[in-house]
Amino acid sequence: MITFDHTTKTYEGDVTAVKGVDFTVEKGDIVVLLGPSGCGKTTLLRMVNRLESITDGKIIIDGQDSMDLNQIELRRKIGYVIQSNGLFPNMTIEENVMIVPDMLGWGKKEKKERFNKLMEMIGLSGDKFGKRYPHELSGGQQQRIGVIRALAADPPVMLMDEPFGALDPIIREKIQDEFLQIQREVKKTILFVSHDIDEAIKMADKIVLLRGGEIMQYDTPSEMLVRPKSEFVYEFFGKDRAIKSLSLHTIENLKNIIGLAEFDESIPDTKTINIHHDLRNTLSMLLNQEADQVIVTDDAGNKQGAITIDLVQKYLHYEIKGKTNVVQKG
Amino acid sequence: MEKWMKFLEVNAPRILDLTIEHAVLVGLAILVALLIGIPLGIYLTTNDYLAETVLQIASVMLTIPSIALFGVMIPIFSIINQGIGFVPAFVALVLYSQLPIIRNTYTAIRNVSPEMRDAAKGVGMKTHQRLLRVEIPNAFPVIMAGIRTAVVLNIGIGVIAAYIGAGGLGVLITQGISRGDNYLIISGSVAVAILAMIADAILLWIQKRYTPKSIA
Repeated sequence: MITFDHTTKTYEGDVTAVKGVDFTVEKGDIVVLLGPSGCGKTTLLRMVNRLESITDGKIIIDGQDSMDLNQIELRRKIGYVIQSNGLFPNMTIEENVMIVPDMLGWGKKEKKERFNKLMEMIGLSGDKFGKRYPHELSGGQQQRIGVIRALAADPPVMLMDEPFGALDPIIREKIQDEFLQIQREVKKTILFVSHDIDEAIKMADKIVLLRGGEIMQYDTPSEMLVRPKSEFVYEFFGKDRAIKSLSLHTIENLKNIIGLAEFDESIPDTKTINIHHDLRNTLSMLLNQEADQVIVTDDAGNKQGAITIDLVQKYLHYEIKGKTNVVQKG
Repeated sequence: MEKWMKFLEVNAPRILDLTIEHAVLVGLAILVALLIGIPLGIYLTTNDYLAETVLQIASVMLTIPSIALFGVMIPIFSIINQGIGFVPAFVALVLYSQLPIIRNTYTAIRNVSPEMRDAAKGVGMKTHQRLLRVEIPNAFPVIMAGIRTAVVLNIGIGVIAAYIGAGGLGVLITQGISRGDNYLIISGSVAVAILAMIADAILLWIQKRYTPKSIA
């Protein structure tokens, strides 16, 4: 758990980057710091492991004031992932991943076991990649290594500064999914900086939307889309907010509220889609296929019904727009 | 050609002795210069204001003609009865090698990418761990390039040291000039050139051997 208690950062010359921020990241949650550039999100993140000093207020990590801890020990207890992966080019993959356990004085055997387990988590062979150097890996692989390096000593808290920002969209999506999978297993308390609204909606349990160093809204992604507290929040998520919010709902949700359509066996070559897919992807599939319907299957592969563009639209209307309490433009 | 053979037959042992003397003078001077220059270069990366000043002083040092600097050393070291010979030559060579060593160390460490430095801090490295494990290994090729420049520079300047009685290959050249003996001048010059090339080749080998493969 991380608690920000009136946390403030002022630079010389009276530039205030973070203004009295109060919020709590619950244990095991991913909280995404989102906002336009210069909103103070990275500064706020870096104050947690004291790469930036705290001018005023406190940051409390698992009940302990971060200023009471030795700076070096504090950092070793917090996993840190940055955009440019930050791997050390002069060290092998194994040395890179095991850097914190190494500094903490773990035994050789213990380190080896941990390394292999971490590599398994991201689907890479420890034996094959351990002795290689970072530049011999692809961008996506390097970023995965960056993530497991942060997990190496099993820290309770992780800080991620636009960790997937430098990757191409396809790889990014894949690593996001992979990371969410890992997070379900390890349940870290994570503070995650992003400037990508879609990424924030996808990754976050809660989003902190910042502007000019102040919190505009702290809420779950769906609340923020459906009930923006101010015009800024409304504008920030943009006109396609309804479509964005679709990614928070699955076909199963739709089925439970309005039900699926009967599928028409007479149409040849109909595609199928798993019921756990989110509606945003489903919609783009429907549009790309130029198909009237896509057959929905459950995990066992049984046909549950069919989904159509009309159904998505209907669901959007009832479930999302119906709840929206939009701040009217003045 | 026959004259050359005869000359070398008579003078080879002496040329070899002087070469060794030259190498020892330059080698010791470089060693001390490294002990001063590298820590200083690293320290300067943490103090921009001082860095400017020190690098300027080192630059000025390099513009002083070597013969003048050796001359200046004589009265200074006369105070401790070491006016001529090894000591003033040694000190002058240490001063001359400072600029390439300090500047390259400073630049190399400064140029370690901020992300990498950030990552090193972020994983909880102490300052010395960051230097030894990350910054110096990644700065190594540029630091070595500075050392190689300093060594070759010093082997050349070391010739002048003969004028203040420090010995070395300069002895052959100065004698050759005063006696009008071309054999002495040429053999001294060629020996200096060969010494410089060998030293540089060895250092290049070390540089390649110990540069992390991934940043070469």
